[in-house]
Amino acid sequence: MGSRVEVLNDHGYRSDGRRQFELRDIGIDLSQQNFADGSAIISHGLTQVLVSVLGPREAKSRSQTIHDRANINVELNVAAFSTGERRRRSKNDKRILEMAAAIRSTFEPVIQTNLFPRSQIDIYVQVLQQDGGVLQTCINGTTLALINAGIPLNDFACAITCGAHSTSPLLDLSLLEENDLPHMTIAMLPKTGRVTLVTMETRLHVDRFEELLGLALEAGNVLHEEMKLAIDKRSRTLVAAMKITWPGVGEDLVEKDFDH
Amino acid sequence: MQAITIRKRPTEEAIVTHRKFFKKTVRGMVIKVLRERYLRDDVGCGIQGCRLCKGFPLMNGEFTTLPPDGDVDHPAFPTGHFLLPDTNVFLSQMDLLESALFKPPVILLQTVLEEVRHRSLPLFNRLKALTKSDEKRVWVFYNEYRSETAVIREDNETPNDRNDRGIRTATSWYSAHLSLSQGHIRSSSQKKKPSVILLTEDAANRKKAETQGIVTMSVRHYVEGMKEDEKKPQLLDLLAAVSEEIEPTRASAAVTGAKSALYPDYLPTATLLAGIKSGDLHQGHFNANQYNYLEGEVSTPAFSKPILLQGRENMNRAVQSDIVVVEVFPETEWSAPADEVVDQDSTLRNDDAESSADERDEDETNDEVLNRERRLFAKEQKAKHRKAKERQPTGKVVGIIKRNWRAYVCHIDSTSLTSSNLTSLSLQTVFATPVSRLLPRIRLRTRQAPSLLGQKILVTVDRWEVTSRYPEGHFVRALGKAESKEAEQESLLLEFEVPYRPFGRAVLDCLPKEGDSWVVPPKTSGSNEWQGREDLRNLIICSIDPPNCQDIDDALHARPLPNGNIEAGVHIADVSNFVLPETPMDNEAASRGTTVYLVDKRIDMLPSLLGTNLCSLRPFVERLAFSAIWEMTPDADIINVRFTKSVIASKAAFTYEEAQMRKDDPHMQDELTQSIRLLNQLAQKLKARRMAAGALNLASPEVKIHLDSSESSDPIDVEQKELRETNSLVEEFMLLANVSVAQKIQEAFPQTAVLRRHMPPPKTNFEKLQDLLLKRKGLKLEISSSGALAASLDQCLDPKEPAFNTLVRIMATRCMLSAEYFCSGMVSRDTFGHYGLASSIYTHFTSPIRRYADVLAHRQLAAAIGYTPLHASLHSKQYVARVVDVVNRRHRMAQMAGRASVEFYVGLALKHRNERETLPATEEAFVIRAFRNGLGVFVSKLGLEGLVMFKRDIQFDAENYMITVPGAQDTTIAVFDKVVVRIEVEKDKNTQRGRVKMTLVHPVDSSSI
Repeated sequence: MGSRVEVLNDHGYRSDGRRQFELRDIGIDLSQQNFADGSAIISHGLTQVLVSVLGPREAKSRSQTIHDRANINVELNVAAFSTGERRRRSKNDKRILEMAAAIRSTFEPVIQTNLFPRSQIDIYVQVLQQDGGVLQTCINGTTLALINAGIPLNDFACAITCGAHSTSPLLDLSLLEENDLPHMTIAMLPKTGRVTLVTMETRLHVDRFEELLGLALEAGNVLHEEMKLAIDKRSRTLVAAMKITWPGVGEDLVEKDFDH
Repeated sequence: MQAITIRKRPTEEAIVTHRKFFKKTVRGMVIKVLRERYLRDDVGCGIQGCRLCKGFPLMNGEFTTLPPDGDVDHPAFPTGHFLLPDTNVFLSQMDLLESALFKPPVILLQTVLEEVRHRSLPLFNRLKALTKSDEKRVWVFYNEYRSETAVIREDNETPNDRNDRGIRTATSWYSAHLSLSQGHIRSSSQKKKPSVILLTEDAANRKKAETQGIVTMSVRHYVEGMKEDEKKPQLLDLLAAVSEEIEPTRASAAVTGAKSALYPDYLPTATLLAGIKSGDLHQGHFNANQYNYLEGEVSTPAFSKPILLQGRENMNRAVQSDIVVVEVFPETEWSAPADEVVDQDSTLRNDDAESSADERDEDETNDEVLNRERRLFAKEQKAKHRKAKERQPTGKVVGIIKRNWRAYVCHIDSTSLTSSNLTSLSLQTVFATPVSRLLPRIRLRTRQAPSLLGQKILVTVDRWEVTSRYPEGHFVRALGKAESKEAEQESLLLEFEVPYRPFGRAVLDCLPKEGDSWVVPPKTSGSNEWQGREDLRNLIICSIDPPNCQDIDDALHARPLPNGNIEAGVHIADVSNFVLPETPMDNEAASRGTTVYLVDKRIDMLPSLLGTNLCSLRPFVERLAFSAIWEMTPDADIINVRFTKSVIASKAAFTYEEAQMRKDDPHMQDELTQSIRLLNQLAQKLKARRMAAGALNLASPEVKIHLDSSESSDPIDVEQKELRETNSLVEEFMLLANVSVAQKIQEAFPQTAVLRRHMPPPKTNFEKLQDLLLKRKGLKLEISSSGALAASLDQCLDPKEPAFNTLVRIMATRCMLSAEYFCSGMVSRDTFGHYGLASSIYTHFTSPIRRYADVLAHRQLAAAIGYTPLHASLHSKQYVARVVDVVNRRHRMAQMAGRASVEFYVGLALKHRNERETLPATEEAFVIRAFRNGLGVFVSKLGLEGLVMFKRDIQFDAENYMITVPGAQDTTIAVFDKVVVRIEVEKDKNTQRGRVKMTLVHPVDSSSI
């Protein structure tokens, strides 16, 4: 049935009604998840991921301690119910380990680890729903959760998947598109425009690569705006909430407090 | 470039925007699939100058196609109208919509488009072509993406009902949209807005639509209401007959658990074997009918006529050359072969590669195809009663003893592809159409389908399930671009199973160490080579062969003897001196069986060092030979014959033409010329005697391809082979040598002699030809013996048509069995005869370089004259029978490969000729068969057989083998009539196969019928 759907039809529509350069709906929920220091639930279309960040805290074992910076530990778990077909994946599944390693290496240059020597930052990523672009969602979610946890970052890390249908580039692929097209996922730092991750599992023509990369960088900026908005909104809610809890406290103080 | 945006999807819309459905996997698990859908407001209506849709994004090169007022030609809608057909209209009336005469602007809904795609990909591809064509005004409206027209499936609603509702919603939207967009501007002119008409065949849908105030009509109603002009009747003709109650569009039925079986199961092997033993069941090779893919035959010894298998179910998954077991129906159900050409490609054009492989079982397309086939089948059944005389045993396949599946050369059917996008990596189920018309289409799953389009590929068949209409196979490798010479050549070799790999190390090690510097050693008493050999170096020997012949395996001489008699000798290359039994070279040659000659390539049986050098009886060098020497009276009576190994030195290598000229030139009086004349005299007498004994003079359509140059091998032209006296000279002496050798080895080794025979054809084979000749020409064909046949063939003359006789000979040849090698101990003595040559015994001895049977005959003859002892293997009947079986098969295959190669080059030559000249080639042709919807014709000048197909039925008189083409003056064409055909080479759209297309030019032009 899958192959029965046209990925990009002659009139420029994708199978879900989007056009080439339209990203899927993004849903961001930054509310507190029980014991985590910072967490985020993010959805790109139907792909949904919950990221919880704990730390920085003391490393569990000596072997994981690094004397001059914090150790980043990423654990990824894919829920058995995340796909249509129920399928339990072990934690040591090669693909899961690989994805966790990709997330870790993406954030190593982003997190200011040198501020927390001999400590550990745990990032728990839980994939709740999958519909293409899982890695992209994980990375964006991790960025948000880290910010939510108050861990100092150099920049946002914004990830996006793009693919090529013949010569037409497509952004933010759904599962259906991912199965059909050569694609790559990149993570970029919007302030500097640097790229911290490029992964490709399919063969992509070298002529297409440059075009896709440029496009993905632009899409990264769009994502950045969206994520910034969500953070801003969350902060305002928090501030507003504080006002209610401590009625005597002046507005300037709250602002100051937040800045601190 | 367009800006990158994020498509927002309000959460409250989720119910509309999520598409949820269940699908069943191959393993039977049910999976829930959730898909997103983004609704938008910028989906354009496609009407030119629409105020509301101005500025909506369009793809490059796209523009709004619908005229603002729609079509104003229909009398029922003076204010103009647009058509909005539903899915069934496209599924059943595609021909109408494709017609250039059908002009109204069409709104094609996405719902409809997707449904068509789901039902039949080929139809979908036609529809897509329609939307792109310049003459048509078709606008695709993405109603499922437009927020106002998107519908969701409600509880208890079938997908079909949901789609119908979606179509109605979109129709109402269009009506409203039209009044909104035009209302304000046009209000001053008081012009009424054009209407949108929902075209549907579904009465229930029409009723529902009417209650919603939608204008709706059936297609027939619409076309009937059209303006009376010359195109209306034509459009009415294009209307497909649709029964009133229409089948639901989509699988409304719940997904059934198992797929329904299309074929009956095979019986268990034990039952089959028992049945064969008791005579209830019959075993034989399955032969598909190349004109009708729904028919096949199985020849069995129990019946004089082959058993006919009609229809898919009765053929029950048998593939060409499988060994099948057949159950014969009672005689009342016997039937006659159909008289119609049923082309698989066109009948099954709209069949879907995926439909039955689909995880969601959808059987409607299947039903559709089955219905169509059933209709064809029913037509045949009607004919059954009429032709009682032609009836033959009819049955069905109940089991398969052995599948003879191999790798088949195929093309990918481009219309079966879901995506022809080159970057697409998705797994696709596609059809591969075999090059051979005898084979069914093969379904295969591949990830590289788009890149295989237009290539020749090799596909093996893996299995054929009862639930699947087509056999399933897998891709082996690509051979190259279709129509390129390399790919075609390799595909020919593969198709006919010719082993064409270069010779291996072990084989080459068996060659003499000296290589091409090998010479006959000087004659000394101690020399091995000279032992037992006669020195014939001083004889005036020459060879006569076709031009450019490199493997010269025979040479001749003749000289008068002092006693007034004549000594004539045939000298054959002594291959058995080099190819010793049980060596790798011998085994390889035995498995190759024969050298295969293609137009531009020769695949040798023996390494070329032997074939074209050491064994080849080239002039001016000493060569080893095996000689047969006769002493004959001047009247060509044989006084005695002796065989000897010898050493010869040929004095000249002539072509047929050179030898002929030499013989005819009275100034040439040298010994060589004298000897040719002597040979010629004898040959003429031998031939006369042979003819008197009843030998047949058969004809086969042999043509010669002129190649541009040896490098480019582009064919320039085709001509018929010319036959000269010298051809017959060589032929007569070769026949004589073969017969003499056959007698000798049969005497010496009555159990294991390798002989060749040609069985007399069964009388029934000639029935049709006899009937034809009698009815059409009033000629009688006498077939009681080969002599009688030869005599009556000579009487088959048409004074106005000299070529007629040749045609009859060709047709008679086709009625005969083919000659075969056999081991003398395996069959009874009275079946040794060679029917065509009217000889009681025969073998092949004269071409050991290119035929393996001759090598065996050489060994046996050498042993018979006491030159060497016979190798142990040749004492075993079983061994000889086995080798001979292989050689027979290879021989048959080589002939077919050669013929196919010629056919391919004739095609190429025609194509080149058509490119050079502006008008397509026209040639005279004879009608050789008549069908209900076509004619089989034979173009003797090109040796080309072809089919003239008529699109619609014409009057067909099976009894008299003629058709009548209705027209201003009825024209009748019958078998044996001379017609003129236009020959074009067209590329089959689906298969990329270049095929010869013939159309009648005279007496009627068939391009319009």
